[in-house]
Amino acid sequence: MTDVTITVNGREMKGSVEDRTLLVQFLRGNLGLTGTHVGCDTSQCGACVVHVDGKAVKSCTMLAVQASGSSVTTIEGLASGADLHPVQAAFREHHGLQCGYCTPGMIMTAVDMIQRHGSSLDEETVREELDGNICRCTGYHNIVKAILSAAGASQPQSIAAE
Amino acid sequence: MYETSYHRPTSLEEAANLATEKGDEAKYLSGGMTLIPTMKQRLAAPEALIDLRHVGELKGITVNGRSIRIGGGVTHAEVAMSDEIKSVCPGFASLAGLIGDPAVRHMGTVGGSVANFDPAADYPAALLALGGTIHTNKREIAADDFFLGLFETALEEGEIVTAVSFEAPDQCAYEKFRNPASRYAMCGVFVARRADGVKVGVTGAGSSGAFRWSDGEQALSSDFAPEAVDGLTVSEADMMGDIHGSSAYRANLVKVVTKRAVKKALSH
Repeated sequence: MTDVTITVNGREMKGSVEDRTLLVQFLRGNLGLTGTHVGCDTSQCGACVVHVDGKAVKSCTMLAVQASGSSVTTIEGLASGADLHPVQAAFREHHGLQCGYCTPGMIMTAVDMIQRHGSSLDEETVREELDGNICRCTGYHNIVKAILSAAGASQPQSIAAE
Repeated sequence: MYETSYHRPTSLEEAANLATEKGDEAKYLSGGMTLIPTMKQRLAAPEALIDLRHVGELKGITVNGRSIRIGGGVTHAEVAMSDEIKSVCPGFASLAGLIGDPAVRHMGTVGGSVANFDPAADYPAALLALGGTIHTNKREIAADDFFLGLFETALEEGEIVTAVSFEAPDQCAYEKFRNPASRYAMCGVFVARRADGVKVGVTGAGSSGAFRWSDGEQALSSDFAPEAVDGLTVSEADMMGDIHGSSAYRANLVKVVTKRAVKKALSH
């Protein structure tokens, strides 16, 4: 067992974990932060995306001990009080979800994407950057719209399958 | 995942000493984008993991004129977003931006990819075509002598890839034909053109990992145009064949993807 200290959503959290414990297991099991989901568990689907030191990573493919000393933000850490984060609000406004399972990962990926690209985002870039997030309901259409809206980027001129 | 023990050195020397101490049962952990999934599947079970992410000597990108040196611990995202690399060798930066997905690129490193030498890894094609050098904590190895076969490199036990370096060519480009499901290269081709000739590095297709396509290099050295490779054939015997594509299919892809890479290089 190894002692880890990870700042999660701004609060310093301590725990004792087996070295093989995945970051997502620590978040869900030790801290009860079950907003971060496990989908495929093989780093394909992105349901487990969180931010480690400000960057989107797949928490099913990182050990908790690797994250010791780092700052982690999960979906629970985005909103301020009752006010949704702008990306969360955009997902609600554009109905960027169907079953909702992939949504926490989609939103964490979207926040990271918008941090890097800002309002220069376009539809093609959003779709390319969603490479590592799978929506099994295939609800990408409204997810893309929500991300473009939250980025303050222009919506595509003609959207297929409206 | 089987049990393991985690170690976090902060210098190369400390990392190498740990590897010596732990022996065969230890593995270096860089970004972990291959190693951790492999451990989760119980295909690997190192008793000790030596995390290289906190070793300062492995960080940093240096561009001097047209000479580029990238630390082994630099992530794919850092390579893809480096304005310095983009300004002298845009083909290399765009290759890094095609690896995995954004979250994978935030963790995966140049050194890890080069040391692992997956048959579909992207950097080996570029380093072969660029005549690059792989630097370790013990020596420097030319890319041509470094990549030996499937998951096999010239690295010795405990040796760490500290950096890769190369001179930016006059023109270059990387074209990647991705498997639509896994997004790995079914065939990826890096072409690099200099005054003294053209080099072509191919990944994803060969049965022994990335290789240089010498017939293609010869044809393109005398005429740097997509049509130059039209009359060539690639031997099926040296190609990988699996459920995603037969060796004949991959042999043809080498030509097709090379042509696209040349076209891209000419348009830069």
